[in-house]
Amino acid sequence: MLTETRFIIEGASCASCVNKIEAALNNLPRVDRAEMNFAQRVVTVIGDASVSNIIEAVEKAGYKAKLDDSDSEQEALDEKEKADWQYYKKLMREMAVALSLGVPLMIYSLLVGEMTVTTNTERLVWLTVGLLTLGVMFFAGKHFYVGAWNSFKNHSANMDTLIALGTGTAWLYSMVVVFAPDIVPLMARHVYFEATAMIIGLINLGLALEIKARGKTSEAIKRLIGLQAKTARAIRDGKDVDIPIEQVLLDDLIRVRPGEKISVDGMVVEGHSTVDESMLTGEPMPVEKTQGEEVVAGTINKSGSIIFKATRVGKDTALAQIINMVKRAQNSKPPIGRLADVISAYFVPVVMIIAVISALVWLNFGPSPAVAYAIVSATTVLIIACPCALGLATPMSVMVGVGKAAEAGVLIRNGEALQTASKITTMILDKTGTITEGAPKVTDVLLAPGQNEKQVLMLASSIEAGSEHPLAMAIVESAKAKNIEPKKVTQFSSIAGQGVEAKFEEDTLLFGNEKLMKQRDIDISDYIEKAQGLASEAKTPMYFAVNSSLVAVIAVADPIKTDSIDAIKRLQNNGIRVVMLTGDNRSTAKAVAEKAGITEFVAEVMPEDKANKVAEYQSMGEIVGMTGDGINDAPALAHADVGFAIGTGTDVAIESADITLMRGSLHGLADAIAVSKATLTNIKQNLFGAFIYNVAGIPFAAGVLYPFFGLLLSPVIAGAAMAFSSLTVVTNANRLRLFKAKEH
Amino acid sequence: MLWINLTGIVLIALIIWWFWLYKEQSIRIAEGSLEILVKDGIYQPSHIKIRANEERQIVFHRADATPCAEMLSIPELDISERLPLNKKTVISLPRLPAGEYAFHCQMQMYKGKITVQ
Repeated sequence: MLTETRFIIEGASCASCVNKIEAALNNLPRVDRAEMNFAQRVVTVIGDASVSNIIEAVEKAGYKAKLDDSDSEQEALDEKEKADWQYYKKLMREMAVALSLGVPLMIYSLLVGEMTVTTNTERLVWLTVGLLTLGVMFFAGKHFYVGAWNSFKNHSANMDTLIALGTGTAWLYSMVVVFAPDIVPLMARHVYFEATAMIIGLINLGLALEIKARGKTSEAIKRLIGLQAKTARAIRDGKDVDIPIEQVLLDDLIRVRPGEKISVDGMVVEGHSTVDESMLTGEPMPVEKTQGEEVVAGTINKSGSIIFKATRVGKDTALAQIINMVKRAQNSKPPIGRLADVISAYFVPVVMIIAVISALVWLNFGPSPAVAYAIVSATTVLIIACPCALGLATPMSVMVGVGKAAEAGVLIRNGEALQTASKITTMILDKTGTITEGAPKVTDVLLAPGQNEKQVLMLASSIEAGSEHPLAMAIVESAKAKNIEPKKVTQFSSIAGQGVEAKFEEDTLLFGNEKLMKQRDIDISDYIEKAQGLASEAKTPMYFAVNSSLVAVIAVADPIKTDSIDAIKRLQNNGIRVVMLTGDNRSTAKAVAEKAGITEFVAEVMPEDKANKVAEYQSMGEIVGMTGDGINDAPALAHADVGFAIGTGTDVAIESADITLMRGSLHGLADAIAVSKATLTNIKQNLFGAFIYNVAGIPFAAGVLYPFFGLLLSPVIAGAAMAFSSLTVVTNANRLRLFKAKEH
Repeated sequence: MLWINLTGIVLIALIIWWFWLYKEQSIRIAEGSLEILVKDGIYQPSHIKIRANEERQIVFHRADATPCAEMLSIPELDISERLPLNKKTVISLPRLPAGEYAFHCQMQMYKGKITVQ
């Protein structure tokens, strides 16, 4: 089959360039046809010429070319499904041909008895059958023999080698019996053509069914790819124009009506609506979108009509990144699969050696006809061994498990993260934005005598406007709500983990915790008790001093997310030690932890000390998961055995995180651990099954049970077992698709 | 029987030699574009040699419909790529220190190696 390859052309500025490039390529040997799309600057080359020859030819013609492998996900998926379907039909055809000879022969052997060669007529009949079997081998089993021969030449061996050797041995021996029966003892003059045809047929059937089952393992990624819109309604020159999604440019204005899909990532510039983001985040409640808010490709606009400006298109959209990340993770292998890889590397030659030893043992010590027993046992050993089941055990489960997690809004970076997440013993949760909403509000303002609230809030919001801390933002928001605008401050500096200071006109402003005030010798003695009272109500009290005198204590509270308590209980019920980490003072931390149902907490932790705390728990022998926002907690996330970043739908693929939770709920955390545990269990079942199958099957095939029970496996049964062992692995992996995390 | 047993032992020795002990004759360091054909159960060529500390691209051309050929994995480089049928896929290698890097399909039916010198 000819290959179609696309190249992106640079430097083609006029239509005449097209002829020049096409002519250069059409003159190349091994190019059947080259066609250029001038609008897209893409040339499609049909033929077998090498990439380097094509690029060289284009360069000689005066242009530049580079290989374009940027098929859209949907196109690639469609092509894969088409190719799989073609291959499935081919295998089924081959299976039908092989079994149409194998089954009648099998029935004959069962009804009539031994297929032996004693007379000249029988020789003639079996010669005809042998030639028909050869035809079957050529038509239905050619891929095994070609693959085996090519591998052999490369000093490697694989499943093809075993099948080719097994069926080849059975056929060759049978032909020797037909052509030269005299060199074989009378009792050993059996033919095994039915075994050859049946094995080829059954293995093709197994492969075909495996393709079908494999298709189901990638359903999650198919669903994600299916979320991508095909067209977008862009507003160009004041008119609505439906354009293919590939043609959407940055800053294009896109109109979306109720019920339509958001085509690319963007920012709402007009209108108001609610958007269903559940397909990406797992969050069932639609999210309100107004001017200035982000919308994400693949989500569905529910109630109103909006216009948004495209901010990320093509492979940069959150959805494209999610698909990419899921695909990469699905293809990665957790450490548990490495042993199977090592075994696979030595497996086939070892099986070949066992087959030879088995034949020798039968020839030396076996009953009569020893030759026939030797041939049957060697063939059966070669056929029953299944390296594929071992090779498939891990990747198939990872494929389904990672996809299943993505459906729940959990993005797992790789197989290693998946495996480690299943073993977590301690989960450290950052407080702000993880357990709590991360959107604190001012609850109390305790003024010092003679102070004016408006003036205090103005100064407080002025100094806090320079800080990105959520508590600072709460003060700024609170002032804004009272129509108090912050003023410009100078000499702003942040004191890590303690507070901020700045100058406003001639005044020195200092805003922070008790520690900071004490360090600067500011008298807060009259307010410590009141502040502790606020802290015991899960509020965070902060001191505000102007020119070294305390002017107010401002308390801010960050409400606990509605489902945090349930999710934390889920983690604890799974035997995971949950620890809360916060920069808050001890009293506030204690109150929040108690509300959230957490007994263990670490308060007053500086941001830079979070990673040390993770290390402390690791040194206690714990396998530590750390959950935070992925930005402030990046070092701690990176230090943990598994770092979980809690996102808000659009924050995908957070670099420092091993696992990204796309919705804000901590249930995502419990889901991630549950799905990783289920996947690891599935992998273990698969590996165990594959190991046991081979460990038990090979000796059985060699005939170890014969001396005790007179049992010897037929090569046909071995072929069926081998064909269905891989299928069993894929089917078991598919069971994971039924996994549902329980939110209780 | 002696001859049969001897033949069997020789056969075992040949299997060990051919699949495990055989050392390939030295192959040239590849210059320019590298293209590997995935066809009929093998990578062709299955062994390539490149220079250390050079960024290189390898083009994999999958012409084999069997699903085994679909995934390419270079475990040590954490590379795992789907190879579309009858298409060419570019795999970019980072600057690598000297050593051997195996590449194979998911089930290790197809095997190859990159020698970096």
